[in-house]
Amino acid sequence: MQVFWQSKKNQRRIVTAVKLLIAAVVLFYSLLPVVYTISSAFSPVQGVSRQLIPANPTLDNFREILYDQPFGLWMWNTTKIALISALLSAMITTLTAFAFSRFRFAGRGQLLLGILLIQVFPALMAMIALYSLLDQLGRCCIPALGLNTHGGLILIYMGGAMGLNVWLMKGFFDSIPRDIDESAMVDGASHWQTFWYLIFPLVRPIVIVVVILTFFGVYADWILPSIMIGTKSELFTLMLGLQTFIGNNYGQNWSVFAAGAVLGSILPVLVYILLQDKIVGGLTTGAVKG
Amino acid sequence: MRAVNLEEENKPGKGGGSLTASTLALRLLGLMIFDAGAFWMILTMWGDGYWQFATVIAVITILINYIWLRPEAYPLRWMSPGLAFMILISVYPIIYTVYISFTNYGTGHLLPKVQAIEVLEQRRYLPESGLAYNFTLYQNANGDFALLLTPEGDREAEPIVVIPGEDIEEPELGPLAEDGLPVNIVIPEVDEPFERVARAVILRALSDLQQTTFGGEEVAVQIRGIDRAAALQQRYVYDEETDTITDKQTGIIYIGDDERGEFISADGNVLIPGYSVTIGFRNYQRFLGNPAFRGPLVLIFVWTVIFALFSTVLSFALGLMIALVFGRNMPGQKVIKSLLIIPFAIPGVLTILVWRGLWNPVNGIVGIWLSELMGTPINVFADSFWVKVALITINVWLAYPYYVLINSGALQAIPQDMYEAADIDGANAWHQFRALTLPLLLVGVGPLLIGSFLVNFNSFNLIYLFNNGGPPIVGTPTPAGHSDILISYVYRLAFASAGQDFGYASAITVIIFFILATITLFQYRFMRTWERVGESV
Repeated sequence: MQVFWQSKKNQRRIVTAVKLLIAAVVLFYSLLPVVYTISSAFSPVQGVSRQLIPANPTLDNFREILYDQPFGLWMWNTTKIALISALLSAMITTLTAFAFSRFRFAGRGQLLLGILLIQVFPALMAMIALYSLLDQLGRCCIPALGLNTHGGLILIYMGGAMGLNVWLMKGFFDSIPRDIDESAMVDGASHWQTFWYLIFPLVRPIVIVVVILTFFGVYADWILPSIMIGTKSELFTLMLGLQTFIGNNYGQNWSVFAAGAVLGSILPVLVYILLQDKIVGGLTTGAVKG
Repeated sequence: MRAVNLEEENKPGKGGGSLTASTLALRLLGLMIFDAGAFWMILTMWGDGYWQFATVIAVITILINYIWLRPEAYPLRWMSPGLAFMILISVYPIIYTVYISFTNYGTGHLLPKVQAIEVLEQRRYLPESGLAYNFTLYQNANGDFALLLTPEGDREAEPIVVIPGEDIEEPELGPLAEDGLPVNIVIPEVDEPFERVARAVILRALSDLQQTTFGGEEVAVQIRGIDRAAALQQRYVYDEETDTITDKQTGIIYIGDDERGEFISADGNVLIPGYSVTIGFRNYQRFLGNPAFRGPLVLIFVWTVIFALFSTVLSFALGLMIALVFGRNMPGQKVIKSLLIIPFAIPGVLTILVWRGLWNPVNGIVGIWLSELMGTPINVFADSFWVKVALITINVWLAYPYYVLINSGALQAIPQDMYEAADIDGANAWHQFRALTLPLLLVGVGPLLIGSFLVNFNSFNLIYLFNNGGPPIVGTPTPAGHSDILISYVYRLAFASAGQDFGYASAITVIIFFILATITLFQYRFMRTWERVGESV
């Protein structure tokens, strides 16, 4: 007569049960704030609530954030800034990474290392210089790139184009055999033609990943808009809007904020879930979520 | 498909690798347009006095021209837009910060010496026996006031017209009234003409008028009575020979101290504002040396390292555990992974604010649970220990899904036959993990761990949004909090309302940079080895 846990079959069952238990605990930890936010969004009571499931669910908070707050405008601002920044910087990154991968030139190693080192400089103090830079640029020459403009924000995001993504993309270019380039060059193609017609189609998936990561990086950014946009609420990005919305009187707008947080999270969550394999592949190679 | 494209593009005369006259002309034209724009910007900025900014643009312009004109710089053409943005947005602020770290730039030392002297020399005082004037008050349709001054007892003298903050050089005086004073005055700089006002108006506005300084550089007066005004005198006079400022009111002499950027009197009084000067390594000495000045920095530094280390290691460990548990034969794996990616996808600012609500000691569920668990009410926002626990919990929450995804990818890359070999050798599960899984995993994931340590070192958003660095540490020279990490302390120094110390904040920033750059260089050695491997394939 075997003891219960000595049978192979039962052992496997126990292991699976333990695994599921661990999964449950972890998922609880992981999803608690998410569930709580969703439930707050439907709660009729403003202020942080003790209940995990609200007593009388209501859509009022969504009505408030959509109609009485400039949520749509903030969303539009964010999407516009993030999309332009993501496309432009992906373009810059791709061209740069191609050159690093395919050409050997004096200072190449130093430049690659320099890009890496620039990334670890704490950006907070750089804000002082950037603030006066936008201020001066706006006042002397190009008002559309000054303080309190979306153009100025995009300009600063361009500075991040020469970042870790260059390393990430260079890795992908490196993985494409150079025989392809060489045979094209033998046939008389220029570097540009080789890049555009041969190599670019091969790296297009990773370019899309870079666009998506940059897009949501800008989408989720809060500190830069909060410094460069000031207090004009019609220029706010979504994060800045939602943060200032509850910043001063934390409890009072809690449930409306939760509704805004839910609406603002739908897009990134959907995209990340749908494209998780691609994004994970991209992340594994270099970029770290900041 | 691609091959076909290439065929089409490869027709003769389509450019190829060689340089044709038309592409050269096009390139030169583009460069000229760029240069024209840049030149205009440099001139405008220089004219406006933004010489630092103008210099940066000039450097970028020269670089771009070099890159596009010299054949040996061909590879750089591909990255020229990136380089231009990098210099403007990343490199210039770094140089600027390093420069500031060697100055005393901050509240009370914001201006260069010449401008600070100008500010001081504009200060005026009302001497006991100043030159006295009779005044007549005028007002225009906008409600602005103007004064017509005649030296007391000298009706024949040329009258002077002043408005607040300015003396008017060429006023047009209107027709004279019976008492010999004009009925109205037209001032070229101001649209509306000024009309003489009745005594009643003067009486009503007198207390306001007495607060105002009329006139500027030549004559400055303050109203002293119903029809009398007294000339103000310049209070501080700078003498370039001796580099001293004399206070005319008190007679005290202040000596310029270019080491400290201040004018100091013999008994140690300091004129405000001082001026910004380079002070060498003083900001750094403050950080490393004098404990009284350094204040809570040791505490903050230790907590920064603990925070970054614990966040990284715990989220890696939790991620690894889940990846191992879910391994291969786990029911519902796909769904669970999708659920795990949700916290990672939600913008961090939002989740930090939600966590702040959850930890609320009165109404937040997690805050209530904690109090019940510990048996006493605990307010994490006021408790120097629990606030740290809360912050690490949140940071692990933000980061561990990333490690689940990374680790499960890396685990699959470990060849299965190595485990089979280990099985034959009789290694148990724990030995296999210690000797096989972990080392192999760390080879791939190690650099990412270092990367997230660097990110955590500077995770300003979390610290600032959760509790603003608090609770405060008692008795520090500048405000600091128990949960402040270096970067949030820098923020306090640089942007806090109490008084900004950009110089010191920049010095700490540079020190953070050195710490992180050292770690990065260390990591780079490994990455370079990879690169060589990659290239040889």
